[in-house]
Amino acid sequence: MTDVITEVANPQVASVTDIGLENYKYGFRDKEDYVFKAKRGLNREIVEEISHMKNEPEWMRKFRLKALDYFERRPTPKWGGGGALEKIDFQNIYYYIRPTEKTSRSWEDVPEYIKGTFDRLGIPEAERKFLAGVGAQYESEVVYHSIRDDLAKKGVVFLSMDSALVEYPDLVRQYFSTLIPPNDNKYAALNSAVWSGGSFVYVPAGVKIDVPLQAYFRINAENMGQFERTLIIAEPGSYVHYVEGCTAPTYSSDSLHSAVVEIIVKEGARVRYTTIQNWSSNVFNLVTKRAAAYRDATMEWVDCNIGSQLTMKYPSVYMMEPGAHGEVLSIAFAGKGQHQDAGAKMVHAAPHTTSTIISKSISKNGGRATYRGLVKVHKGCHDVKSNVRCDALLLDENSRTDTYPYIEIEEDRVSIAHEATVSKVSDEQLFYLRSRGLSDSEATTMIVNGFIEPIIKELPMEYAVEMNRLIQLEMEGSVG
Amino acid sequence: MANQADLVIRDLHVTVENKEILKGVTLTIPKGEVHALMGPNGSGKSTLAYTLMGHLKYEVTGGEVIFKGQNILKLEPDERAKLGMFLAFQYPTAISGVTMFNFLRTAAKAVHGDSISPTQFRKLLREKMALLKMDESLMQRYLNDGFSGGEKKRAEILQMAVLQPEFAVLDETDSGLDIDALKTVAEGVSALASGNMGILIITHYQRILNYITPDYVHIMVAGAIVESGGRELVEQLEQQGYEKWVGAKAKVLATKGS
Repeated sequence: MTDVITEVANPQVASVTDIGLENYKYGFRDKEDYVFKAKRGLNREIVEEISHMKNEPEWMRKFRLKALDYFERRPTPKWGGGGALEKIDFQNIYYYIRPTEKTSRSWEDVPEYIKGTFDRLGIPEAERKFLAGVGAQYESEVVYHSIRDDLAKKGVVFLSMDSALVEYPDLVRQYFSTLIPPNDNKYAALNSAVWSGGSFVYVPAGVKIDVPLQAYFRINAENMGQFERTLIIAEPGSYVHYVEGCTAPTYSSDSLHSAVVEIIVKEGARVRYTTIQNWSSNVFNLVTKRAAAYRDATMEWVDCNIGSQLTMKYPSVYMMEPGAHGEVLSIAFAGKGQHQDAGAKMVHAAPHTTSTIISKSISKNGGRATYRGLVKVHKGCHDVKSNVRCDALLLDENSRTDTYPYIEIEEDRVSIAHEATVSKVSDEQLFYLRSRGLSDSEATTMIVNGFIEPIIKELPMEYAVEMNRLIQLEMEGSVG
Repeated sequence: MANQADLVIRDLHVTVENKEILKGVTLTIPKGEVHALMGPNGSGKSTLAYTLMGHLKYEVTGGEVIFKGQNILKLEPDERAKLGMFLAFQYPTAISGVTMFNFLRTAAKAVHGDSISPTQFRKLLREKMALLKMDESLMQRYLNDGFSGGEKKRAEILQMAVLQPEFAVLDETDSGLDIDALKTVAEGVSALASGNMGILIITHYQRILNYITPDYVHIMVAGAIVESGGRELVEQLEQQGYEKWVGAKAKVLATKGS
């Protein structure tokens, strides 16, 4: 039987402390019982096989093959990651694993061991309590998907990307890859070649979804590559808050997560996209996220990056028409052996547009946090306002933080503000809290939680609690 | 024989950045008594306060401090807090993003454990805030962040009221307070001190002592206590200043040095 969750540490791992398992509570894994697992490595045959198994239209097969070509021709980026990108052995990765035959609409139909995992992650419970819809991806495929009946009746579509390609082929074809072309960057090209799963969200004009939709992404197998692809279309005057969470087991060898997310926010609409990413420390997380905001539309990315070996992610907003507003609120927590290279891009492609970036990073135990951001104002885009604030908190002498704020302005009548601070937890703050009975570690955790509070308070209560708990786990045993 | 909750300081020597600041302080504060410690700037009053609470910067080179039967100098600051010690800071530190409420709840849990329910805690908090004439909206503000001088000092006494220590040092709690605020804070302290709490009030001025009557007054000059007496010392000080003691101490030091 395979419906047993095995929690034993991988015998190949010499010491759990080396990989940060001691504080990572989602490092458990399931035994593999898959319908299909492709061979390791990347080549034309694998790409053809994925497309064939999904029974895709010809245009998508061609799109994948072209993307593979781009991927193979593009060199590994020299910037970011401090050379770690060179380490990724693309031939050692599994590109496609199908855990089940189909996407279920009821948890009862999800294989017991997979449901067990999502139970442990608290997904079905959260769904009952406060979500409008849930998608759950396990390895390459979405195993569960549901949406509240009243929203479905209003025309809201929330499907796996694969199902959407079958059920809404024209809509998908109209928007797919329009914001992130396959040749945008090496990892977007890889995703375009081997993508599987992810969410498709369509919100009709004027429909405001009161509570969040959530997608959860779980990697289970060792050396797995997860390449979900998400597309959100918010019609005029609509509102949706989409939340994604991610975890993976802890292995001693690398896994790869490389997603592409495209969001179209039409006139007067608002989309908030919240990520709470908590990868194990063997995952390379190389994600391309981009949104286009039209007249008077608002796009907000709330991006919380905890865990992974290397994260490179710069959610972007292209403000296409007057009145558009872009916002990125970003938290990065870099622990031992981790590098968070995160930030934001704001592209002002129309006059009278505004943007805000607030980035908060924490580095501890030798971790490295990099803020990398771009504010670009195209020629003719006057009356643009942009505010960038990045604060870095260093918890010890071994940790590191860098800031690379790129600003490209081709117009005079603009107001651009950039502010950056680097701080340490001061002895006076620690002494003050300790004199009130808090231990060294409790005092540091309180200071860290206070540091990220301006972003945490933007999260729905349930996620704020979760984030504070995750930070606490990261902090435990890290001091002294 | 000293009582368990008495604070006994014996021949305490403290060095800061290789300079000796406290040069043999001996002082006993029995539980339930209020002692005032006065002295000119730089005499070592705040050094004594920080040392009692365990700040790392203050290196103890000799002597001992006994509280509840143990030498507390070996304890971490949080262990001292849990034992029932408290310091009202002269310059409280701001911590952005941490609300007063969250902070007080966490501190109360740390010191007293989970014994008090959230409802009881809110009730206690309301009661103590009323005593100190504090606005409840302060609870949602970040700890000491953007507080006025007066708000900070009141917030320190509120913490003392919530944590209910057995021994407290008030380090210049009166400085920076206008006369109304001073009266409120002092009356608050008096109300809290009516039980078994031992209190050491560090101050430059007699005015706070008009509201809180000290059982004993000590005068510290150049790192040592040069005179102890009743409250009449305060009046004497008010009339004559520190000159008498500073001069005498200087003479003693000069004799020692030669």
